[in-house]
Amino acid sequence: MANVLKKIYIALIFIFLYAPMAVLIVLSFNASKSRSKWGGFTLKWYGKLLSDSSIMEALFTTLALALLSALISTFIGTIAALAITGMKKSTRTLMMGITNIPMLNAEIVTGISLMLLFIFFNVKFGFTTILLAHITFNIPYVILSVLPRIKQLNPSAYEAAMDLGASPFKAFFKVVFPDILPGVFSGLLMAFTMSIDDFIITHFTKGAGVDTLSTKIYSQVRKGIDPKMYALSSVIFVTVLILLILVNILPNSGKKVKEKK
Amino acid sequence: MKNKFVKWLSLPYAFWSIAFVIIPLLMVFYFGLTDKSGKFTLSNIMSISLPVHFKSLLIALLLSLISTVICLLLSYPLAMILSSMNSSGNSKLMILIFVLPMWMNFLLRTLAWQTLLENEGVINTILRAVHLPALKIINTPYAIVFGMIYNFLPFMVLPIYNVLCKIDKNLLNAARDLGANEVQTFMKVTLPLSVPGIISGITMVFVPALTTFVISDLLGGSKILLIGNVIEQEFTLNSNWNLGSGLSIVLMLFIVISMIITAIFDKDGEGSAL
Repeated sequence: MANVLKKIYIALIFIFLYAPMAVLIVLSFNASKSRSKWGGFTLKWYGKLLSDSSIMEALFTTLALALLSALISTFIGTIAALAITGMKKSTRTLMMGITNIPMLNAEIVTGISLMLLFIFFNVKFGFTTILLAHITFNIPYVILSVLPRIKQLNPSAYEAAMDLGASPFKAFFKVVFPDILPGVFSGLLMAFTMSIDDFIITHFTKGAGVDTLSTKIYSQVRKGIDPKMYALSSVIFVTVLILLILVNILPNSGKKVKEKK
Repeated sequence: MKNKFVKWLSLPYAFWSIAFVIIPLLMVFYFGLTDKSGKFTLSNIMSISLPVHFKSLLIALLLSLISTVICLLLSYPLAMILSSMNSSGNSKLMILIFVLPMWMNFLLRTLAWQTLLENEGVINTILRAVHLPALKIINTPYAIVFGMIYNFLPFMVLPIYNVLCKIDKNLLNAARDLGANEVQTFMKVTLPLSVPGIISGITMVFVPALTTFVISDLLGGSKILLIGNVIEQEFTLNSNWNLGSGLSIVLMLFIVISMIITAIFDKDGEGSAL
């Protein structure tokens, strides 16, 4: 009985979280442009998607921003995490405090503070300002996912490699790096996801003429969302879903089969 | 790993933090404490006492408190159920289930609730079909609370889930062996040990809920102004950066209070968020 109740509870929360996805996927097949009327089934929004140059441009900007900011923040964040582990306690606490600022601060404050910085130093708003902002809020996610991995490292392994004649550089890439790689990778993925989903900070740091998918959607809220946007998000969502299933469930099920033997 | 070279590795990050975290925050204080001609003034901060500003702050506080409490009440049982299922090591999968929605745009996800909550929307059609009274919540504060809970629930579930998974099962068994019943075990062992996760979850929900302008914009029918909406309008519509910064300083006061509370409970300084 208790087990049934637990399952019902999880199912209800699951429906709550995923109902909007279902709505958006249904809307992407809706022939009517209205969000509240069903005008019959159509595939036309998918068909017109590729030829809509302004949406394609926004998609490209979004992906370029996510990829660049994820790579740069992963690099800066990973080497920072390595350095933070070796620091004195007081310096480490200070560094972690600073790392927590963008995590705990309100996005609107982070957004306007960067906007004011760019205004004050007369930086032209555009792709670069958004990129700088995205790297800034992504680095903490990388640090927080790499740090636990470094803590689990056996320091003797690195020293042993050095004793056996490896250069510090070689010892790092042969011994340390493979061990922290899962943390680096999940940091990269987290940074990429946060960048794709960001609206608020982009809203304050973008210039006229540059749009990500988020800011484009926001500008359409009043006049009505272009249904091609529903089609595009459905494509992205289903692609990611399939990728996640391939990456996470297939290897796991293989493991379980082995364990049973 | 404690050679000199490693220490230099923190330089890019230290430089980045100063340039893009510390200095920008100082900018907020600079603009907030000066007028358009650059003279020192407190009027931007004091403008929070204007009825229209003060009301928006009060509504934001009220709605974000309600959503935080509901998030906590929904998340704790969920995190307990999920952590009890954790024996097979599928925690990664659970986290993915909460991260996956982020791949569908945040604005579109919130807008989808309009379709669901509208007076002639999906939920009301279902309610009418089973002869229940329809909900009239779109464009009201209730819809904003709904949107806040929807968007920030994962931030409450994940930290609580993380601390619950770390609790040593032997402690629970020991409590039972010593004669505690389920309720006593929960009240005396599980709940106190999960406080850091609860606190971390509360700040992770309260701060974005208090400061949002998007959710109120999309679900409140732009009739209800939260403090976030007021600040956003000062920056984008009125280009009054000084006033906007002054109100942001007031907002940051509340954020700093919640940061201090988190720091007290989160002694490792690691954050148990993700």
